[in-house]
Amino acid sequence: MSPATQALLEFLRSWWVELLSGVVIVAIVPLVAGYVVLVERKVMADMQARLGPMRVGPHGLLQPIADALKLLIKEDIIPDNADKLIFWLAPVISMTAALTSMGAIAFGPSFQVARDINVGLLFIIGISSLGLFGIVLGGWASNSHYSIMGAIRSMAQLVSYETAAGLALISGLLLAGTLRIHGIVEAQEQYGVWFIFLAPIAFFIYVVASIAEINRAPFDLPEADSELVAGYMTEYSGFRWSLYFLGEYANMIVVASVATTLFLGGWLRPFASVRWLSWLDVLPALVTQAVGVYCLIRAGKQPVAVQTKFMWAVALACFALAAILAAPLVGPFRWRFLMRGLHGAFWFLLKVGAYIYLFMWLRFTLPRYRFDQLMGLGWYILIPLGIINIFGVGIAMILESEYGWNRWLALVVTTLVTLGAAFFLLHLNEKRKAAASSAIAVAKEAVAGDIYAG
Amino acid sequence: MLDKVIFFFFAGVAILSAALMVTRRNAMHSAVFLITTLLATAGIFLQLRAEFLFVAQIILYVSGIMVLFLFVIMLVRLDVALNQIQFARQKWVALIVTVTLAIQVGILLWSARKLPGDGVLFSAAPAEMLQPNTETLANSLFSAYLLPFEIASVLLLVAMVGAVVMAKKRTTLP
Amino acid sequence: MMPAGYYLFLSFALFLIGAIGVITRRNVIVVLMSIELILNAVNINLVAFSRIFGDVAGQVFALFIIADAAAEAAVGLGIIIAFFRNRETVFADEMDLLKW
Repeated sequence: MSPATQALLEFLRSWWVELLSGVVIVAIVPLVAGYVVLVERKVMADMQARLGPMRVGPHGLLQPIADALKLLIKEDIIPDNADKLIFWLAPVISMTAALTSMGAIAFGPSFQVARDINVGLLFIIGISSLGLFGIVLGGWASNSHYSIMGAIRSMAQLVSYETAAGLALISGLLLAGTLRIHGIVEAQEQYGVWFIFLAPIAFFIYVVASIAEINRAPFDLPEADSELVAGYMTEYSGFRWSLYFLGEYANMIVVASVATTLFLGGWLRPFASVRWLSWLDVLPALVTQAVGVYCLIRAGKQPVAVQTKFMWAVALACFALAAILAAPLVGPFRWRFLMRGLHGAFWFLLKVGAYIYLFMWLRFTLPRYRFDQLMGLGWYILIPLGIINIFGVGIAMILESEYGWNRWLALVVTTLVTLGAAFFLLHLNEKRKAAASSAIAVAKEAVAGDIYAG
Repeated sequence: MLDKVIFFFFAGVAILSAALMVTRRNAMHSAVFLITTLLATAGIFLQLRAEFLFVAQIILYVSGIMVLFLFVIMLVRLDVALNQIQFARQKWVALIVTVTLAIQVGILLWSARKLPGDGVLFSAAPAEMLQPNTETLANSLFSAYLLPFEIASVLLLVAMVGAVVMAKKRTTLP
Repeated sequence: MMPAGYYLFLSFALFLIGAIGVITRRNVIVVLMSIELILNAVNINLVAFSRIFGDVAGQVFALFIIADAAAEAAVGLGIIIAFFRNRETVFADEMDLLKW
């Protein structure tokens, strides 16, 4: 056969795992994102004392499928003077950036599309920041006031909070010493604690900045319904809108994965390096078992017959999952890689789920930030605090290595100093806001008397 | 073989988007094509095993500088600009000068065939012997090139202050 | 790693296209974008030769060029905004206040 065909077969033979994982990601992530939307609606309902989607399928579980079908068959409207090429391109960029950055995330010690890139974390941050262009170009190409204003506000917000998020991640990276995803988790295993306990302020900055990064409440001014009629997404309908939407939820998963990898220990179980606590390894199987038992108990109390059958099916699935998770612990299946792989994926997905639940919780609790408050928070508070935190963590590491301090003492001292600096920054911000409002009051008074001024 | 395919793909995209960028009437289209050119350049960096520069190019150039350009293009009214002449009056002189430059460099590259060894087509050590790019870059940036690093940070501060001062609206009351 | 001549050719082609853009276009924003293209062409050259000679200085220089390009783009765009606010134009031959 020709050398080209031979080279192609050689390529496929050495890269088929990565290609397959890539295809799996592109196929599965939209479905997962659809179900994250359903979970969000259920959580929103729970916090608002109602039930959420219940009609389509048992407990509303077919709702994402119904939504996807509806969006696919909806009419595709393009505004009159819209730039057709860029109008088509923008949602594609958004979705592509989100899915590509998922390639470098490690869902467990062996589930990764792009294995062990030397700059793994930076790759995720860089590629997911390309999603910004999907927003900007989409808003501009729609040729409508609301869209352009939403696009400009979103662009300013994303760029500012990207800086803040990067600074927060640098503090964590100082502790990890490497940008490789596997290296970061191994560093947390070596330190024995998750980096959230070593750099809590960095974690806090990253939580706030990541909420702003994905345009979610309370930072969702660019796409809020009551402000800008969905902002940059105003003129998009049907499938294009669903691409934007799925891109946003995929971004949510990416951001949660980055935080989990760097701060929450990735795929390590709690107390991963403490040997005498290794009986905690039964926790995944135990938790899944408990969920299955709960489903069985509730199955008898369902009002509708199909819901009872459905709860039995869920309970069966939970028991099967518990069996799979318990398998590496017992008898003939004691394969270490299986244990690390399966349990690692369980712990990782649990932590990502907890982080996303935190996002949802904040969305339904806090009111929306005004745009100048948003930019003030980013530039006046988070970025200086991020820089001071980098100093703090660096000084703590030097105190530990050069001067022989106890690691915890050094970190506690520098965290307290950084907290003091944070309160000082807040105080400065208050003074600045007071000065600005008094300047406006003075200016208003200057023209108040003369009715022909202004 | 994979190396060749990647290089030709990214090189082709880069040259094509660059050519498209310089000829578009709509400045927004030019910006989009510059973004594709910059992404293709980042791909070339990746093919050269400089992965930190690949990510740095994407974060700084594409996500930073191009956002600046997009902001300004959106602030400047384009609908008037679309109907005007796009190319300056001296375009033919410019083309003649550029073609002369191209011929000169072409002659240079052609006569470099007579260099000992492979001429200009010499190659580098295989990639397996490379150190990780980020660590090497960081080591030299903070030891041998520390002074340019500090000067670059002062330069960025000066540029930030200058840009803010120049683009600020003059808010004086009547 | 391709032979060095390929990178030289690519870099020069991008440089030429950028040079044509700088000299020929009237829209100042497109001129600035062509300058960025020229800087990128130089970056490709630097990184290619840094890889060939195994010296990381080329990549360090390329990183500084990227930082420098950011500074220059910021200041240049600030000037364009200030000028646009005054004169309502972005075309190079309409910016002729200093002509006699």
